[in-house]
Amino acid sequence: MAEANQAAAPIKDERVREMSPLRKALIRPELGAICGTIVVFLFFLAIARDSGMFAPEGIINWGTVAAQFAIIAVGACLLMIAGEFDLSVGSMIGFSGIVIALMTVQWGFPAWFGILVAFALALAIGALNGFLVIRTGLPSFIVTLAFLYILRGLTIFISITTTRKTIIGGVREASEGDPIAWLFGGKVFNGLFVWLADLGIVDTFVAGPKAGQPVVEGIPMLMIWALALIVFGHLLLTRTKFGNWIFASGGDAQAARYVGVPVNRVKISMFMFSAFCATVFATCQVMEFGSAAADRGLLKEFEAIISVVIGGALLTGGYGSVIGAALGALIFGVVQQGLFFAGVESSLFRVFLGVILLLAVILNTYIRRMITGER
Amino acid sequence: MSAPLIELVDIEKHFGPVIALNGVSVSVKEGECHCLLGDNGAGKSTFIKTMSGVHKPTRGTIRVQGAEVTFNSPRDAMEAGIATVYQDLAMIPLMSVTRNFWMGREPEKRFGPFKMFDFHTANKVTLSEMAKMGIHLRSPDQAVGTLSGGERQTVAIARAVYFGAKVLILDEPTSALGVRQTSNVLATIDKVRKKGIGVVFITHNVRHAMAVGDRFTVLNRGKTLGTAARGEIKAEELQDMMAGGQELAALEGSLGGTI
Repeated sequence: MAEANQAAAPIKDERVREMSPLRKALIRPELGAICGTIVVFLFFLAIARDSGMFAPEGIINWGTVAAQFAIIAVGACLLMIAGEFDLSVGSMIGFSGIVIALMTVQWGFPAWFGILVAFALALAIGALNGFLVIRTGLPSFIVTLAFLYILRGLTIFISITTTRKTIIGGVREASEGDPIAWLFGGKVFNGLFVWLADLGIVDTFVAGPKAGQPVVEGIPMLMIWALALIVFGHLLLTRTKFGNWIFASGGDAQAARYVGVPVNRVKISMFMFSAFCATVFATCQVMEFGSAAADRGLLKEFEAIISVVIGGALLTGGYGSVIGAALGALIFGVVQQGLFFAGVESSLFRVFLGVILLLAVILNTYIRRMITGER
Repeated sequence: MSAPLIELVDIEKHFGPVIALNGVSVSVKEGECHCLLGDNGAGKSTFIKTMSGVHKPTRGTIRVQGAEVTFNSPRDAMEAGIATVYQDLAMIPLMSVTRNFWMGREPEKRFGPFKMFDFHTANKVTLSEMAKMGIHLRSPDQAVGTLSGGERQTVAIARAVYFGAKVLILDEPTSALGVRQTSNVLATIDKVRKKGIGVVFITHNVRHAMAVGDRFTVLNRGKTLGTAARGEIKAEELQDMMAGGQELAALEGSLGGTI
């Protein structure tokens, strides 16, 4: 008991400077992303306030895009902290979408079955990715780069040999009334928006077949998925034993193994989680568009990685934040849609994004050094 | 006198045609610090890896408290109470002290249907265990990277002690440290020994060994050259045995002092 009391009031070391609470609150891995988010919002408030960007339908617009980025960023974030990359995310999105469309439209299975098959295949491929990385000891960069090509090629091949097309439509009709499909394509809280429209907060359509209905139908399930995955990922990483293992596996796999952390299991399950997130993305997209295309998801892996890096994660693993990655995705979504609202040439999107990426990473590096004592 | 905590008899380890260990015998008693001295390539690393279950010996016997055992993995050795603190793999610098301290053995608290990392308990224990070792942390969630090399070794030692190590193997804990940090680590070794834990202290620095050692074993070219108790042997003799005599004596003559 004596020790506990002693620990409660630690002896002051003259060489340790007291940190002010403000400084303590600021020095966190997400700081770069938080600053980036503030800058981006101020920027668009200044140049596009009157464009409807911050009206409910505008928020739903860029919110949906940000949610798409966030879904794959959460998977990429946890995997990157565990010390690995997944470059096959984009191809996995195309692959899962085509699997769902083929199963439901081409072969007439119920949508729920098609979705389950897509998830099962994706998890299996994720596990294979992880298994190959662990077994061969090759960098995951190379292994998943191979799968980027393998999956994309297979997707186009399967799609063309079975339907002679690369775009398969009619998924929405095939999934009408399905017990699972609404989880990905539906919208929730529709009643809330009718009520808000009655109060005059949300505009209603003035003409056309939907006259009188609110312009915002509801919150798309895509956003609910994004929020759920962010909360899940954040809690898993920061509040559980498994989260500690994720940090340990990425920080120093050998040191972690020596104290009994099942590093291989952690890494393989993170590859599977990354594939899971890609399939959530794919399913939502297929349900929203009502079609699947073999070329969907192109370059998504890089967008996910960029979101994660803006969010303060270290490319070499062992350090990062899911909240940061989610903010990175938000920055991405707001910038991409915001320039459209502001009527700016869309090529400037890339310029702006590059600048934000650079600034956030410089700030992140500086903060990380303060936290971890790296030189 | 009870049986030694751990006893390794005539350990041989061959890697294909290379004979890394060719008959090494060492025993560690309760509360003693057994120094294992040897130059680079003498087989120190192979030997401690055998002791900690990373390598299986080609020939020879390992006894833990008198009973013969076979270690198939580092886990087996850990469960037998043998903890190893590796020179550079002790800690993960990017992670907090608490996260490092509990790595692989995280305490959990039920939170509805979920099990969460019990940071409250973990932080409290970490702070008090570190205080016992004489290190006062600013905060248990400061990253290990912000600690000095000596402090990092101490966290690793405190961790091993807290989790019930009976034998603590320290792989060159002082080799990368400055004078002051070295004496801190040596003081920690002394504290650990007084708890009745057997310490195996691997080093090639005779002065560090002499400072805390109770017994000294010199390894040269994969063989033990014998074990001596404190007071039976002088630092110069140990030094000569480590280096294999002759040339070093000549060298020291030309340099004008003990290396």
